Amino acid sequence: MAKANVATRDNPTSGNRLANASVSIESAPPASRISFRATPKGAKDFGKTLDLDLPVKPGQSTSKSTLSALWIGPDEWLIIDTKNPIDKLMPRRENANFCATDISHRNVAFIVSGNGAENTLCASCPRDLSLSAFPVGSASRTIFGKAEVVLLRTGKTSFRLECWRSFSPYVWDLLVDGAHDAHI
Amino acid sequence: MLVIHCPYCQADRPELEFANAGEAHIVRPDNMAEMTDAEFEKMFFVRQNPKGVNLERWRHIHGCGRFFNAIRHTVSDKFLKVYKAGESRPSDAEIAELMK
Amino acid sequence: MKPSGQQQFRVPGRGSRIGARSVSFSFDGKAYEALEGDTLASALLANGVHLMGRSFKYHRPRGVLAAGVEESNALMQISRDSARTTPNVRASVQEVYDGLQAQSQNRFPTLNFDIGGINNLLSPFFAAGFYYKTFKWPAAAWDKIYEPFIRRAAGLGQAPAEEDPDRYSNRFAHCDVLIIGGGAAGLMAAKLATRKKQSIIICDENPQFGGWLLSDTDIRIDGKSGPDWAAEAVAELAAMDNVRLLNRTTGIGYFQQNMMVLNQRITEHQSKPAPDETRERMWQVRAGKIIIAQGAIERHMVFPDNDRPGIMQASAAQSFLNKYGVAVGSQIAVYTACDTAYAAAFDLAEEGVNIPIIVEHRTDIADDLLAQANELGIRVITGAVVEGTGGKLRINSVTFAKQNGNDRETIDVDALITSAGWTPSLHLYSQSRGKPQWDEDTQRFLPGESPQECVSIGACNGTDDLADIFAEAAKCTGSRATKHVIEDDVSTMGGLIGATGSSADKGKAFVDFQNDVTAKDIALAVREGMHSIEHVKRYTTNGMATDQGKLSNMHGLAIASKLLKKPIPAVGLTTFRPPYTPTTFGSFVGHSRGNLFDPTRQTPIHAWADENGAEFEPVSQWQRAWYFPRSGEDMHQAVDRECQTVRSVAGVFDASTLGKIEVVGPDAAAFMNIIYTNGWDKLKPGRAKYGIMCREDGFIYDDGVVGKLSNNRFHVTTTTGGAPRVLNHMEDYLQTEFPEMRVWLTSTSEQWATIAVQGPKAREIIEPLVNGADISNEKFPHMSVVECKVCGVAARLFRISFTGELGFEINVPADHGRAVWEAVWARAEPLGACAYGTEAMHVMRAEKGYIIVGQDTDGTVTPYDAGLSWAIAKAKPDFVGKRGLQRPDLMSEGRRQLVGLATKDPSKVLEEGAQIVADPTRPIPMKMIGFVTSSYWSGTLGKSIALALIEDGNNLIGKSLYAPMADEVIEVEVTGTVFYDTKGERLHG
Repeated sequence: MAKANVATRDNPTSGNRLANASVSIESAPPASRISFRATPKGAKDFGKTLDLDLPVKPGQSTSKSTLSALWIGPDEWLIIDTKNPIDKLMPRRENANFCATDISHRNVAFIVSGNGAENTLCASCPRDLSLSAFPVGSASRTIFGKAEVVLLRTGKTSFRLECWRSFSPYVWDLLVDGAHDAHI
Repeated sequence: MLVIHCPYCQADRPELEFANAGEAHIVRPDNMAEMTDAEFEKMFFVRQNPKGVNLERWRHIHGCGRFFNAIRHTVSDKFLKVYKAGESRPSDAEIAELMK
Repeated sequence: MKPSGQQQFRVPGRGSRIGARSVSFSFDGKAYEALEGDTLASALLANGVHLMGRSFKYHRPRGVLAAGVEESNALMQISRDSARTTPNVRASVQEVYDGLQAQSQNRFPTLNFDIGGINNLLSPFFAAGFYYKTFKWPAAAWDKIYEPFIRRAAGLGQAPAEEDPDRYSNRFAHCDVLIIGGGAAGLMAAKLATRKKQSIIICDENPQFGGWLLSDTDIRIDGKSGPDWAAEAVAELAAMDNVRLLNRTTGIGYFQQNMMVLNQRITEHQSKPAPDETRERMWQVRAGKIIIAQGAIERHMVFPDNDRPGIMQASAAQSFLNKYGVAVGSQIAVYTACDTAYAAAFDLAEEGVNIPIIVEHRTDIADDLLAQANELGIRVITGAVVEGTGGKLRINSVTFAKQNGNDRETIDVDALITSAGWTPSLHLYSQSRGKPQWDEDTQRFLPGESPQECVSIGACNGTDDLADIFAEAAKCTGSRATKHVIEDDVSTMGGLIGATGSSADKGKAFVDFQNDVTAKDIALAVREGMHSIEHVKRYTTNGMATDQGKLSNMHGLAIASKLLKKPIPAVGLTTFRPPYTPTTFGSFVGHSRGNLFDPTRQTPIHAWADENGAEFEPVSQWQRAWYFPRSGEDMHQAVDRECQTVRSVAGVFDASTLGKIEVVGPDAAAFMNIIYTNGWDKLKPGRAKYGIMCREDGFIYDDGVVGKLSNNRFHVTTTTGGAPRVLNHMEDYLQTEFPEMRVWLTSTSEQWATIAVQGPKAREIIEPLVNGADISNEKFPHMSVVECKVCGVAARLFRISFTGELGFEINVPADHGRAVWEAVWARAEPLGACAYGTEAMHVMRAEKGYIIVGQDTDGTVTPYDAGLSWAIAKAKPDFVGKRGLQRPDLMSEGRRQLVGLATKDPSKVLEEGAQIVADPTRPIPMKMIGFVTSSYWSGTLGKSIALALIEDGNNLIGKSLYAPMADEVIEVEVTGTVFYDTKGERLHG
C-alpha cells in the first residue's frame, strides 16, 4: 500500500509564534479533541471512563494532566487531550446517552500568555475577561472579531484559544494586532 | 450593543454572541399536514412586530448554542425576562408586572 | 512687545498648559513659533493671527471663537504627508507639534483675498431654504449647473486620496464606573469611587485633566490652585491599580445598557510618531455605572456682525490667557449677559490689557463685580446692547448703546469677547435616551431622570458652584461628603438665549457660524411655516454643521420660540446623536481592514493548488481553486481540458469546503425524516443518498449527499455557503420543535479534507491507497460509504459523483489533507488525470443536470419545480415543508420549472440571468417567462448548454423560445435537464 507522509499534523498556523514585552502568542501543538454531547447520565458515565468529571456548571472546566473538559453548553463539552491520540480518548461504542465526535482536526489552538494576554484578547473579544469575571479555569465559546472561538483561561495570565482550522490565519492576525496594544 | 442574559449560561453575555430568531411561541402543530391555508398563513407568515413588549426568540449561537425566549421592550431595548425554550409563555398579567 | 509674528501676544507668567520649549509650525505656508503645549489656535493668537478661516456659505472671514471642541470657525486641514491629511480639524483642539502644517479651508486663492467672498454680497439670494427653493427648476439645470456647483461647494477641506497608512485599534473594556470628563466634578468622583475598590475608567477629551480648573487661576481648593489640585488628583489616581486614566479621549456615543464608545487620539499631537504606533483607539466600554461630567459650553452673543475675527467667547479669551499665556488682543471690549465674562476681563486687565468697555446686557448686576471693575478702571455700561462692529479681516471697532438706543458710541478695539451664559452639555445624557427637562428659573435644559445606570454631575447637570459639585460627586459615588475650603469661586449668574437688539438692525447676527445661519434666517423659516424645531433646523441648517450646534442650538430655539409665541419646551429640543465630536473613519474601522476585514478561509489543500498554478474564486468566505491553467491556456481552454480529461481519464478535485454535519443518536433517522423531504428509514448503513431540505414554506433550502455510517450516525453534507445556516436550521427544529428526540448535531466541516476523484480511472487511482475496504463495483456500488484507511489514516470514503462519472470522495482528517492529496496526485498524474477546479465541476454537473442550490434555485423553487419530485417521500406523515408544498400556488399549473435550453446556434453561450420570452416580436416591455440560471460551453458535447427556470417549462420541451439580448435575439430549444449520458450509465462504471 502506498503511504503518504501522515506522521505529522499540519495546519495553516503551525509553528506561528510571537512575543513582545507584554504577551507571547504561539500556535499550540496538535491535540486530540472530542465534541461530546450527552444527557447528564451520559456525561457522568464518560467522566468515569476518562477518570475526569465533566464540569456541570456553566462556563467551567476540569482538567487532569494533559486532559481538559470544557463546559460549552448544557449538553455539550469540548474534551481536549494535548498528548494522547484520539483513539485512546474516543468511547469504544455508541451509547444512547451520548455522542462523541472526533473534531481533533477541526480546531487549531493558540496559547496567549503574559501580563498583556487579557488586553490582547480584548482587542477583539467583547467579553469581560478580568480575573473576577473570567477566573482561572473558565471556559466559554465566544466571538473573536468575526470568528467563533473557545476560550479557556489556564492561568492568571494565560489563555488557550481554539478556533476552527480555516479561521486560524485570521485569528492569528487579529492576535498579532491585539498584541501590539497589549501593554495599554 | 446589548447585553443579554442567557438562561442556560446563567450569565450576561454580549449581543455579538447571539442571533435573533424571530417571534416566540409560534407553535408548529403536530398535524401540520391538516392545517388549513388560513392557519398555515397565520403560523408561517404573520408576525406581530410590536412597538413595545415583544416576545422573541434568541439563540446563543456563539455561546452555549441554545435557543431561548426573551421578553424585550422594542423601544427601550430592555430585556424584561429571559426563559428557556419550552417554558410556557408568561401571562399578560406577569408581563404587566415586569413592565413596572 | 515683540515684533509681529514672534509670539508678541504671549503673556509671561501665565499659561498652566504650556512649557518653555519652542516648536515651529506653518500656517498657509508661513512659518511661526509656538510653545510646547499650545493648541494651533493659541499659537496663532500668540502670533497675532486671528483670521483662521472662511465661512461655508458666505465665505466671510472668520477667527477662532472658542478654546475647545465647540469651535465652529477655525477649521483647518492638518497634514503630515499626502496620505496623512485631515480636513476640518478644529484649531482650538489640535495641539501644535514641531513641523505641523496647517492650511486654511474654503478660500481661493488666499485666506486674505477670497473670490468666494462674493457670496457674501449675494447673500440676499442665499437665505434659509435657498437650496430647496432654487434647485427645483428647470430640471435640465440639475446635472449641468446645480449639481457641479453643490459638489464643489459641499464639504470643507479635502479628503486624502491615498490609503490611510496608520494603525487604528479597538478595545473592549469593562469597568464598574466610567467617568466622562476629568474636570473638578469627574476627578472628585473618581477619587471617591476608588475608595470603594471599584474598577474605574476616567477620560477627558483634552490633553490634561482639570477641565475649567486649568482656565481659572483665581480659585483655591484647600489652599491649592485649580491646576495644582487637578495635578494632585491625577497623580493620586494614576498610582492606583484599579483606575485607568485616558486623556485625549472623547466619549462619543452612549448606547444601550451602559455601553459607551470612547475615541482615543494617541499620535495627533506628536511631532514624529513611531512608525507602527497606534494613531487612534476606539474603546467600547461596558460600565456598571456611568458618571457624566461633560461640563457646559459658553454661548456667544447674537448681534449684528458678531462674526468678525477677533470676536470670541469670553471663556475662550480666559482660557487662552490662563492655559496658554496668550492675550487675544490689546484693546478688548466685553459684551455679556453673564457674570463669568467679568472674570475673563479682570484677568486680562490684570495683565495690562486695556479693557475699554464692558457692555452689559442686564440692568442689574452684583455690586462686587462693579466694584472690582471700577478698581481695575474698567467702564461698565448696563442695560446695553452691541449694535454692530467694524473691520474687515479683523474687528476694529464696536458700536454699542443703551437698549433704548440712547448713548450710542463707537470705540476702537482689536477684540471683543462675549458671553451669553452657559449651556449644560446634555449630549451623552440625551443619547442615553434621557429626556432633558426645561428649567424655567435658569432658562436651560437640564438632565431629567436617567433611563440607564447613569448620573450627570457638575456643570452638565446645571451645578456650577464648586462646593455643590463636590457634594454631587460624593452623592453619586455613594460616599460621605468630604470637606473642602473653597475660595474665590466665580459666579455663573446670568445668561441670555436668543438675539439681542432689534430686527431692524443692519448686518448679520450669526446664530450658527459654521453654516452661516443668522437670526433672520430662523425668523424667515418660522414665517414660511416651520413650526417645529426639527423643521427649522433642516430648513435653515442651524446646528447641522460638524459642531452639531454646540453653540447655536439654544439660540436658534429661543429665537424660534419667541416668534412662535410658544414656550421653549413646546418648540422642542433637537435630538443629540453620536458622535459627540467629529470622529475619523479610521477610528470607526479600527483593525477591520485588509486581511482583518473578513476571514478568508482556505482548505488544507489550498497551498498545493496555489503552488500548482490554480486561479481561485471566492465562494462565501472560502477561496476555492477555480481552474488550473497550464502554460498558454486561457480559462476557457483550461476548463475544456479539465472537463474532457475527467470524462476520458479522471480528475482530482478539492471538495473540502462542503459543509459537513454529523447527525447522531437513537432518533437520528427520525430526525432526518423531519428535516429532509426524502425518507431515511430504508437507508442501510454503508449507503448514501442525495437529500433535499425545504423550509416550512416548501421552497428548497439546501441539498447534499448523506451517508449512513451506522444506525445512529449520519454524515450529512451541505453546500459550501449553506453550512452554518443549515446547522442553525437543524438545531432550531431539534431544540424547539422536537426536543424529545435523542439526537446531537456536530459540525465536522473542518474536521475533514475532502478529495474527490472522478472519472473512468478513479478506482484505479485510489484502490492501492485504500485499506480496510473492498471498493470494487460489486461491493462498493454508486452511493456507498465506508469507514476505512486511506494512506494509513482513518477515512470516510464515499462512492458518489457530481460529474456523472465513476467517482469517489475521500474524507481524511484535515491536518493530513495535503499529504493524502499528494499521494492521490502521485497516482493520478502518471495515469493522465488532472486536477480540476470549481469551473470544470460546474460545467460537468450542468451537463448532468445536477442543480446548485442558490444558482439554479433562488428561494422560490420547490423540489417539484426543480424536477426533484422523486426526492419527496409523500407518504411521510410530516417533514419540514410538507404543508407548505400543499399551498395552492405551489401546486398550481404553469409554475416556473427547471428545464434545459439548447441554443439553435450551438456555438452561442447564453448569459446567466438572460431573460427568456416566448415571442420576441412583441413590443418592449415584453412578457418574460423565465430566465437562465446556469450556462456553459460544454467542450465534451461541443455545444453550449444551459439550465433555466421557465413558466410551464416541462410542457414546453421541444418548443422554441428566445433570449432577447442587447444586440441580437438568441433562439433556444427547451430540452430536458440532462445533456450528457442521459441514461446515467457512466457513474456505475
